[in-house]
Amino acid sequence: MKINSSLIVGLGLSLFFLSAAILSFLWTPYDIEVLDIPEKLRSPNLLHLLGTDHLGRDILSMILMGARTSIAVAMLAVGIGMGLGVPLGLWAAAQRGTWLDELIIRGNDIIFAFPSLIIAILITAVFGSSAVNAILAIGIFNVPVFARLTRGAALSIWNRDFILAARVSGKSSLLISAEHILPNIMNLMIVQGTIQFSLGILAEAALSYIGLGAQPPTASWGRMLADAQTLVSIAPHVAIAPGMAIILFVLGLNLMGDGLRDFLDPRIRVDRA
Amino acid sequence: MSLLDIENLSMSIGGTKILAGISLNVAPGEIVAITGESGAGKSMVALSTMGLLPDRARVTGRVILDGVNILTAPEATLCRQRGRVMGMVFQEPMTALNPVQTIGDQVAETIYIHKRLSKSAALDQARDMLNRVGLPEDLFPMNLYPHQLSGGQRQRVAIATAIALRPRLLIADEPTTALDVTTQALILDLLKNLTAEFGMGLLMITHDLAVVADMADRIIVMKHGSVVETGRTQTLLQDMQHPYTRALFAASAHRVRLPEISASVALLKVQNVTRTYRGPRNGLFGKRTNICAVNEVSFTIHRGERLGLVGESGCGKSTLTRALLGLEPVQSGSITFDGQPVWTDRHPNLDVRRQMQVVFQDPYGSFNPRHKVARLITEPFYLLPSQPSNDERTAKIAAALSDVGLKPTDATKYIHEFSGGQRQRIAIARALINDPALIIFDEAVSALDVSIRAQVLDLIADLCRKRPLSYLFISHDLSVVRTITDRVLVMQHGKIVEEGPTEDVLTTPRHSYTQRLIAAAPQLPYMRGTSHAQ
Repeated sequence: MKINSSLIVGLGLSLFFLSAAILSFLWTPYDIEVLDIPEKLRSPNLLHLLGTDHLGRDILSMILMGARTSIAVAMLAVGIGMGLGVPLGLWAAAQRGTWLDELIIRGNDIIFAFPSLIIAILITAVFGSSAVNAILAIGIFNVPVFARLTRGAALSIWNRDFILAARVSGKSSLLISAEHILPNIMNLMIVQGTIQFSLGILAEAALSYIGLGAQPPTASWGRMLADAQTLVSIAPHVAIAPGMAIILFVLGLNLMGDGLRDFLDPRIRVDRA
Repeated sequence: MSLLDIENLSMSIGGTKILAGISLNVAPGEIVAITGESGAGKSMVALSTMGLLPDRARVTGRVILDGVNILTAPEATLCRQRGRVMGMVFQEPMTALNPVQTIGDQVAETIYIHKRLSKSAALDQARDMLNRVGLPEDLFPMNLYPHQLSGGQRQRVAIATAIALRPRLLIADEPTTALDVTTQALILDLLKNLTAEFGMGLLMITHDLAVVADMADRIIVMKHGSVVETGRTQTLLQDMQHPYTRALFAASAHRVRLPEISASVALLKVQNVTRTYRGPRNGLFGKRTNICAVNEVSFTIHRGERLGLVGESGCGKSTLTRALLGLEPVQSGSITFDGQPVWTDRHPNLDVRRQMQVVFQDPYGSFNPRHKVARLITEPFYLLPSQPSNDERTAKIAAALSDVGLKPTDATKYIHEFSGGQRQRIAIARALINDPALIIFDEAVSALDVSIRAQVLDLIADLCRKRPLSYLFISHDLSVVRTITDRVLVMQHGKIVEEGPTEDVLTTPRHSYTQRLIAAAPQLPYMRGTSHAQ
């Protein structure tokens, strides 16, 4: 089986940031909750590999801790999206053509119709800014994405003869969905999950940037960017480090999603071979 | 001087030999048919003639068309040649046309590209071509879209596109395989007339020997990438040299002998069943038009009886099948199995469903690709009130697989490890595992090659001898229905128009539709040296 280069690069980048997040549990070069004002805004040097910020905190340590926040938020948000969206999509497909299907799909359309960031701002404004609320806000907007995708893919499987054979064998639509439909659309879900994961990272960064995500002292790439905003001209490295972290991680995840799709979907794989 | 000369054409893709030393020629005005079973390399011959080979194909030999060697000609030359010198018609009329382009534009496009005419001049010529292929102006204006046409009409548009520039060679790859018999007859007629009128060569590829015998001036029989026999149609039919050719024709005319039955007890009773679907609304608040798929249908299947159901696509066969299986409720009428209804207040009756199983047409779509054979064929166990124990289960799987001529060890394999014919056997094993009283064969042999089809028919006849099997055999192929059923129903537009013992109905049809069906079906000529009785 041929593994394509985008999968390798994407997997490498994603694993790099994942290990950074895991590393932060065990060790960081400095404690990011300790301020060292005299050491503020140092350029990258041997003591501080990525320099220090305006409060003298070590940026490398903050990037490591920030990776943890990003991944936790994105993972839980994708989990919420998949956990609710996939069953909803399967249910809608099983009830295709009925009012229930219509209700589920139109409900999803309504959620789709709202700009996600605005609603996220509303949620955090009402319930307060915290990582948990950010997770909820991003997660809710993942639900219709997965629901729609699942329904569309499931509908095409429902038309296959082996589903008819299963129905002739008296299986309920719930059982058919679990046993026949889900395994056949799983690769699609994995790919979409990777892409939603990267969008989740971006969304977390965006919410933190406007101050509605994780609150200090929890490290977050988005808030690091916001803090660095006014200092870009005198200390560009303060903005470059979190910016690059976001770019590389999202790029890695998107490449991995692309590569996974080629890898898991034989039809596309043959076409490109 | 022949128009197309293929000399010693060999091809391999990724180390696999596809074609081995093919030589053939087509003269102007001649119809040459290439026939053979799937995987023989028929389509590859057509594609090499068009210069449309897959990128990784390694080719040797020469394909001389109108003085140009297609295999070595640069792409620019080929682009000029395609359409002007050679045109091609594909199997699937549903996908061969661009759904968002009007039929006029599609036909005009070829003319426009090659002749550099003005748009209106190209459209005028396109109109002529559409008239010529039997789509007259008053009924089929140029601004129709493909979805507004039937399969046969679409194939006519595809033919008009292919012959728009009056090419010297027309290649038709299974042009009528996806069409109903009555439509098939019309399209074949059209191709024949066009060949004579334009003096073009027709290279036709088909697996259907009856069509070949009917159409071709010369026949080329292929097997595993080489030509096994070639000759003028009359000569070849009367004196087949190669055993494969003889086997192929024998398999096409294959007859099985069913054991005698004394069917008297009614098993499945269908009374005045009607099923309508809600059609689309005309506009947002417009009225719905209802589509009546099955209209007041009544018939009975007796215990031990083999009943056939014949009809063209859209006649309501599939809807009726789903109703019989209790997959969908009907609006009116009743379906009872052994006296019990198949559908009791909003739920299918599981006692009845246990007694019925089905075998589908497509051996590739009938199985979940992610399960092993043992799990696939035991799916109907779900219907049993108590699940069999592990030992009993293994024994039943082994028995079912042996019954259909497979090995018990095949149970641990995945479905992609089997060929189409083997898959159809597995489908039959799945249908038999609960020992149902009635099996519905829904076009169960239509997608199979003739030799495989003959084997599956033998298997069904064999099973009939071993156990009292009743089935409903749905097919569009009259020759198959003739041999595998005792009684036949002919269905048209949701109604049963004729019913009676198979042999009587097919020899002396009373209803005009049945007569049309039988007249349209291409017939294999009587052949010497092939036994009809087994």
